[in-house]
Amino acid sequence: MRVWTKLRLSKTVCLRKFSFRSALCRPRTTVICFNCGSLYKGKVTQFRTFCFASEDQRRNLDLEPADRQKQSQTSWEPVIGLEIHAQIKSASKLFSGAGTQYGASPNTQVSLFDAAFPGTLPVLNQRCVQAAVRTAQALGCHINCVSKFDRKHYFYADMPAGYQITQQRHPLAVGGSLTYVYQCSITSFVERRSARLIQIQLEQDSGKSLHDLENGVSLIDLNRAGHGLMEIVTEPDFTSGDDAASFVKDLRDLLVAIGTCDGRMAEGSMRVDANVSVNRPGEPLGTRTEVKNINSTRNIRLAIDSEIERQIRVLEGGGVIENETRSYDAEDGQTIPMRDKEKLLDYRFFPEPNLPPLVIHCDHSTISPWSPSLSVILEKDEDFEKMLLPEQQRKRLEEKYGVPLIHSVVLVRQGLFDLFEILVNQHSCEVWATTAVLKTPYVAFLDDHKVDSEESPVSIEQLAELIHIFQREKISSSSLSLVLNELAVNSSISCQSVIEEKGLWIVDCDDVIFAAIDEVLAKNPQNVKSYKKGKTNQIKVFTNKVIKILDGKANTMRIQQLIKDRLDKRF
Amino acid sequence: MQRMFCKLLLPHCATKSQPVQTAHVFRALYSSKSKVPDKPMWDSINYDKLPKLPDTDLALVEQLERISLVEFNNEAGLVRLRDAVKLANQMHLVDTEGVEPLDTVLEDRECYLRRDEVTEGNCVDEVMSNASKVEEQYFVAPPGNIPMKKRDKDHLSRVLDSKADTDDVV
Repeated sequence: MRVWTKLRLSKTVCLRKFSFRSALCRPRTTVICFNCGSLYKGKVTQFRTFCFASEDQRRNLDLEPADRQKQSQTSWEPVIGLEIHAQIKSASKLFSGAGTQYGASPNTQVSLFDAAFPGTLPVLNQRCVQAAVRTAQALGCHINCVSKFDRKHYFYADMPAGYQITQQRHPLAVGGSLTYVYQCSITSFVERRSARLIQIQLEQDSGKSLHDLENGVSLIDLNRAGHGLMEIVTEPDFTSGDDAASFVKDLRDLLVAIGTCDGRMAEGSMRVDANVSVNRPGEPLGTRTEVKNINSTRNIRLAIDSEIERQIRVLEGGGVIENETRSYDAEDGQTIPMRDKEKLLDYRFFPEPNLPPLVIHCDHSTISPWSPSLSVILEKDEDFEKMLLPEQQRKRLEEKYGVPLIHSVVLVRQGLFDLFEILVNQHSCEVWATTAVLKTPYVAFLDDHKVDSEESPVSIEQLAELIHIFQREKISSSSLSLVLNELAVNSSISCQSVIEEKGLWIVDCDDVIFAAIDEVLAKNPQNVKSYKKGKTNQIKVFTNKVIKILDGKANTMRIQQLIKDRLDKRF
Repeated sequence: MQRMFCKLLLPHCATKSQPVQTAHVFRALYSSKSKVPDKPMWDSINYDKLPKLPDTDLALVEQLERISLVEFNNEAGLVRLRDAVKLANQMHLVDTEGVEPLDTVLEDRECYLRRDEVTEGNCVDEVMSNASKVEEQYFVAPPGNIPMKKRDKDHLSRVLDSKADTDDVV
């Protein structure tokens, strides 16, 4: 439950969240989105948190949203750093030859080493090293040609050896950064941001525990134990749940694009630990808590925001934040403490004696010709160089085709970049129409059929034909999904005949439109009256009603113009 | 290890600026001379020069017990712990200036990398052969690091249940 602080209708700067109800009373109030700091004018329709824009802020429209966000939250500054554990896509485990298949029967993908039998030794998987190096290259990290492994000790049933092999002192890669697109979950605000990385290290995953609370036991499945992980540690560069979630989404897209992680968060392929603290502006960082094992981007946002809120509540109530490990309970929407307190843990790191230093070669010359070992070389891979990473794809969509960032984010995330280029370049579709068709109806269509764009039942030619019809404004956007679904069922049929058959051609007969408009105006004299009084937003109400009468087969902009003409003519 | 021996046996050679050269000098000697002295050599240790022993208070004992999973049964155990620290403290007398810590004697070797192939697994019976308790192919362990709330709830439910019972009686 959110605790609302007393509503303060600000004269200067309102620092608090307030219930949107008060904004509802004043439909034209300019409000600031509490999350992204963008200005939002008009009716607030969802239960969300905004803060009133002050006079100053309303006047200073050219202020950067980030600065405005700061202004609106000056009482506390949240600071968030992330540790992302990404499972490396490999056939076998990091140090053993057991398989890594997800969902296998319990304890079948376990070698004697994974179960920590005495006398077994780790043998490093070349592919895991290659994947981590590739990831480090894509993130612009400095790759350490010599890195070392350490043991991190903790006593826990899903870690049979009593320690995890990781890289604490000399990790594989350090530094680097990722440019990501911040997306506000409330408004449609998007912005490019950049976060710095501290390091990328190779480490072992642990097994899985099923807690049987009734019988008071934990059931242990070691199938996941020893699976290769890349731990990507960021600087504390994030300020909100949205910010961190946007970063993780983009990182996931990048890892999937370069093929080093399958990115299936629901299967636990990517898990995030968030270090959260709050402090007063200008003061040193507060005590941090760590929210562990968050496994969806939605939960990242919710977990971090609820933890920030909890910390502020504790501090404002005169309490002290303890350095502890917490977990997020999605049901209750709040974080709860884990039983092990971090200050009681002592990981007793020491060098892993069974693994000599890991060497990444700059070129072939340093590789011993008689060595039986495989090697990893920092060579430029031409295919890899040619590949466009998500950020480069977005850049190209914006710079070459003029697609706005908010749309390019969707196209790139859904893997529609290649399709977009083919449609525009080879089928001479217009950019605006292609974007409009792909970003909503086509994405929803693929989602419904649970397929990727490569295995779509609708061919590129058919799609191009549809876009051509759409860009000549012969069909309305609401009819697009109907046509797509019809094409999926019967692939031999042409777009033209589907539209013909279903009668989806746009209504451009003026008589029909005017008849509909007159009908709507006659039925709603009250709204006409308020329009007369100057409430111009009534136009939208009329437009929606007219379009409903026309079964959605109408061009919104045109209808709106016609209604306006008619109303103005009347008075 | 060689690097450390250089410093111990040939202190006059071990100038801070030339640790590498020291190693070469030592290697030359190493081939002709044994590392083991001919006669027993005794060196007295000035314990005043060593860092003070840390206080072994209850908190420290508890932490050690927790991370080692070994209990100190009696005072003799504590005395032995203190003596062990005292013995280890002698290492502070060794001059390690300019010597990089040695992780492994294989530090000049490269880590062997294998091909990514599935060669093991599917041996549930072997893997679970040492388990004291098994349930449907799972190891059974005492409850682990589960969020606190769930336990609190259990505790509450027991109280609530007992209250319901008394109500029934009434």
